[in-house]
Amino acid sequence: MSVLKITSENYENEVTNSEVPVLLDFWASWCGPCKMIAPIVDEVAEIVKAKVKVGKVDVDTEVELASSFKVMSIPTLVYIKNGEIEKTSVGVKSKSEILEMIEQ
Amino acid sequence: MPLVIGKDAGTLEKVKQIDNYYGFQNGITGKDLFLEGIKQAEKLDIEIVSDEVTNIIYDGNFTVVTRNFEYKSKTIVLATGSSRKAPKIKGIRELEGKGVSYCAVCDAFFYRNKNVAVLGEGDYALAEAEHLLPIAKKVTLITDGKEAVQNRSFEIDINEKKIKEVRGIESVDSVIFEDETTLETDGVFIAIGTASSTDLARKLGAVIKENNVEVDDNMMTNVPGLFAAGDCTGGILQISKAIYEGTKAGLSIKKYLDKK
Repeated sequence: MSVLKITSENYENEVTNSEVPVLLDFWASWCGPCKMIAPIVDEVAEIVKAKVKVGKVDVDTEVELASSFKVMSIPTLVYIKNGEIEKTSVGVKSKSEILEMIEQ
Repeated sequence: MPLVIGKDAGTLEKVKQIDNYYGFQNGITGKDLFLEGIKQAEKLDIEIVSDEVTNIIYDGNFTVVTRNFEYKSKTIVLATGSSRKAPKIKGIRELEGKGVSYCAVCDAFFYRNKNVAVLGEGDYALAEAEHLLPIAKKVTLITDGKEAVQNRSFEIDINEKKIKEVRGIESVDSVIFEDETTLETDGVFIAIGTASSTDLARKLGAVIKENNVEVDDNMMTNVPGLFAAGDCTGGILQISKAIYEGTKAGLSIKKYLDKK
């Protein structure tokens, strides 16, 4: 499973109405740590496959979406179940920490 | 050519007597051990620079920014010792990611036209403030009772009062000082003292666990070319462990560079 690009346009479809839990990675092109967590998030997506949907939100192009999550620091990871935020984590985390966060 | 950049002898400076490091039957002071090592390195033509690192930038290679200069390198070993724990100011831990930030370059974007404060007193804090000045509405240096560094190359508001609390409900809205005065602010950027290995590693995107830099068996972090050794990786805080990790890092760097 690869990481989906999540935007305000596909958010309802892909996240709110998702049958499986969703992990969102909020990032931006100027953010070094975001580039470092990206391959870790990719690895997590490969491991969880269809059990958890993994998506990325570019805070630069999706200002309103990021703002609706009150993201003030990047990278931020958000774990969503049944359309509700279960957990939030700020900063670069290891693969095992992320897998623990998404109950995998 | 290897280059060592350091501000001072670090923790060793304060150690009066080391009795458990192999080879010294009468023990040795931390400072003497440090100086012996420096002289030993200089004999091997290793350049030692006395300076303070305020930032490291990564774009495939590293640019190390110090107070006085900039250095380029393919690899870095962070070995500045154990980091001080997070400041014991109420609200800082609780509001991390909700207005409390450790990386001005990463998060300045969220404070466009907002008020921010930089918690710190030295060149490291000034370096963080410089990133924020063109973006934020107002930047205030809050030093928590310490004297702000004097030689500043730009204008900045300074508040040297002791801090009681960083306050906010959903996110930071103010800093309360011990004299009950208030600074309204939307964000607090933490940059206390000198940039530690943890501070520098965190801003590069390395995984930090319990305030220590996480490394693999080759002493490398998840950031390609960024290594760490000694107290900053946690574990037993002993000279012997630091030397061992330095050895491993050195050998790993050779392998890493041979592959590049």
